[in-house]
Amino acid sequence: MKQLMLGNEAVARGLYEAGCGFVSSYPGTPSTEITEAAAKYPEIYAEWAPNEKVAMEAAFGAALAGTRSFCGMKHVGLNVAADPLFTIGYTGVNAGMIIGVADDAGMHSSQNEQDSRHYAKSSKIPMVEPADSAEGLAFAQMAYELSERFDTPVLLKMCTRVSHSQSVVEPGERVQAPAKPYEKNGAKYIMMPGNAKRRHPVVEDRTKALTEYAETAPFNRVEPGSDHSLGILTASTSYQYVKEVVGDRYPVFKLGLAWPMPEQAIRDFAASVDKLVVVEELDGFIEDHCRNLGLNPVGKDTFSCIDELSQNIVAAKLGCPVHTGPKLDVNIPARPPVMCAGCPHRGLFYTLNKLKLTVLGDIGCYTLGAVPPLAAIDTTICMGASVSGIHGFLKASDPAQSKKTVAVIGDSTFMHSGVTGLINIAYNESNATVIILDNSITGMTGHQQNPTTGFNLKGDPCTKIDLENLCRAVGIRRVRVVDPYNLAECETAVKEELQAEEPSVIISRRPCALLKYVKHKAPLTVDPEKCKSCKMCMKIGCPAISITGGVAKVDATLCTGCGVCEQLCKFDALCAPKEV
Amino acid sequence: METKNIMIVGVGGQGSLLASKLLGRLLLTRGYDTKVSEVHGMSQRGGSVVTYVRFGDKVYSPIIDKGEADVIVSFELLEAARWTEYLKPDGVIVTNTQQINPMPVITGAAEYPEHLVEAMTGAGIRVDAIDALKLAEEAGSSKAVNIVLMGHLSRHFDFTEQEWMDAIEKSVPSKFLELNQKAFTLGRNA
Repeated sequence: MKQLMLGNEAVARGLYEAGCGFVSSYPGTPSTEITEAAAKYPEIYAEWAPNEKVAMEAAFGAALAGTRSFCGMKHVGLNVAADPLFTIGYTGVNAGMIIGVADDAGMHSSQNEQDSRHYAKSSKIPMVEPADSAEGLAFAQMAYELSERFDTPVLLKMCTRVSHSQSVVEPGERVQAPAKPYEKNGAKYIMMPGNAKRRHPVVEDRTKALTEYAETAPFNRVEPGSDHSLGILTASTSYQYVKEVVGDRYPVFKLGLAWPMPEQAIRDFAASVDKLVVVEELDGFIEDHCRNLGLNPVGKDTFSCIDELSQNIVAAKLGCPVHTGPKLDVNIPARPPVMCAGCPHRGLFYTLNKLKLTVLGDIGCYTLGAVPPLAAIDTTICMGASVSGIHGFLKASDPAQSKKTVAVIGDSTFMHSGVTGLINIAYNESNATVIILDNSITGMTGHQQNPTTGFNLKGDPCTKIDLENLCRAVGIRRVRVVDPYNLAECETAVKEELQAEEPSVIISRRPCALLKYVKHKAPLTVDPEKCKSCKMCMKIGCPAISITGGVAKVDATLCTGCGVCEQLCKFDALCAPKEV
Repeated sequence: METKNIMIVGVGGQGSLLASKLLGRLLLTRGYDTKVSEVHGMSQRGGSVVTYVRFGDKVYSPIIDKGEADVIVSFELLEAARWTEYLKPDGVIVTNTQQINPMPVITGAAEYPEHLVEAMTGAGIRVDAIDALKLAEEAGSSKAVNIVLMGHLSRHFDFTEQEWMDAIEKSVPSKFLELNQKAFTLGRNA
């Protein structure tokens, strides 16, 4: 029966129908729901790994053992997993293996706009690229066949608009994947130089065979058009924008196999039209291929490598009519994302701002601590970079800098790649103060469990990594826990640990206020007689507080009763309702 | 049928995902090719959010571009004003009159503009404004603003009330069904 499915859910359905039995991933927008949806099928073992490298290696292990496997990540996650990627390209697989990667053109929820297709080419691993949910489902199934036929992992590339758009699919039945019992084969799987030297030519031969396959691959198709003055070569969501604009007017070559791309088929297509236009988001990857073939398409000279495309952008560049609508002559204030009311990070960031510290930040909801009025973060680079970065920062600075610098990192991000940085701090002895913002969940990506929460992806209780013991075990002697709702406690702890002549870890612990099990207190009220409009309560950037008619006002529908603002009010104007 | 475009705009946390799920269900039962494009991740945290719903014989792009929306349903007044450029010349804005201050207004860095409905009407835009928060509270929960607005949106399409109610039944947990049915009816009759 036809149904609407998110692109990510459709990929999960494709994995399920193809007999996938093992999924290991690390959450990351826009890839997360592939794994969440896969976990709902009882036939699939699914887990959150601590990071993408672990996930990919686990998925490789499962494929080696003979089970069709999958690992999923966002574009920057593939950087973390790049180490195994390049070598499992050499070993090949046993049962099929798919590596899902989701790019984020437009950076809706990312720190860069990198184009993952380059990884396919540089690791010499084929990549398929669906353009909607129906293709997501079909390509996931076909990718396993490709993987097993050519003995290679296959990259399945999504993007925000394909991952997070629902479109129509027709689900089918699950099939039993072919049995592929593990057989010892050191020449194939032990990548020491002697063996790897013999595997590299195998990879080059495979690429030749895949390029040959690409000429007629079912992933690619040419759609005829009546007007041959233009021919458009495109892929993924760009294909949808092109079709929206040109319909059946111009011929369209849609690539579903992003790498390797066919040679003769593209030459033939180019020869059938007066002018070849390549429409693709981010880098000129298809365009470069065309140029290597001696073709001279319209490409990145016309379509920017920055930001997403859209139908109006494509229309404008192709000289087609562009739609416009009424614009108001009114100054509309921006509405940036903010830390939620009751967010446990707020009290801690207020403290860091108050103490005017240099704060090396990391990736998660708490990146919003960079936004005024908290404005407490100096850097955000990538997962784990706060802890590694503070070490180098302090080693290269005057010793006094260690008294005014901290690193902040979330619980999940710390497990991902913060702990290795902490080991470096202990081992190479920098006097760093690291604050772990433990909100007992992976927040930004929508509440995924992680090794510190005590629950696994399927929701079952499991081994809980004890952050205090872990930090002590790697050599940090000063480890303390604070409640970020208690401003005095936060300030004391931060001041004391900054003064200490050795590295320390402060665990700021409070579960995310959006977790279902977190009970909210009654909203605070304002005594308008006592409020002097000093605006101290506005310094924490809580969306539940505003100044209306000269006095503070608490939005009772948003306030969780966390009481952080109450601690800032010198006039006792903000108070919790009396317990009855 | 030519593709129809509905944009749902509002503030992260106002329940636009449920509204788009409901619309998606409804459109699919009519057999339309349908695409619903959502926002996940960082912008959900109290930021300006937008969902695109498109349906017709064949839908290509998952998003709606400037000048293309037949209807913009806005859960908050400032958000309606923010997205007017996406409206077709003969399109309509169905908006909640509720105002939620964005952080620049809360901190005093900006002001919430006054008389937005008049500004939109003055720009030649058809505006259908209701106090959806009041109606949602009347239905039993301030969280039902999304369904009240779906009720009001329903006046602009030819689906039967029963078709809408069937889609609601499939989209909300049974313990909240009655509340949502009431919210829908209040919105439809407003």
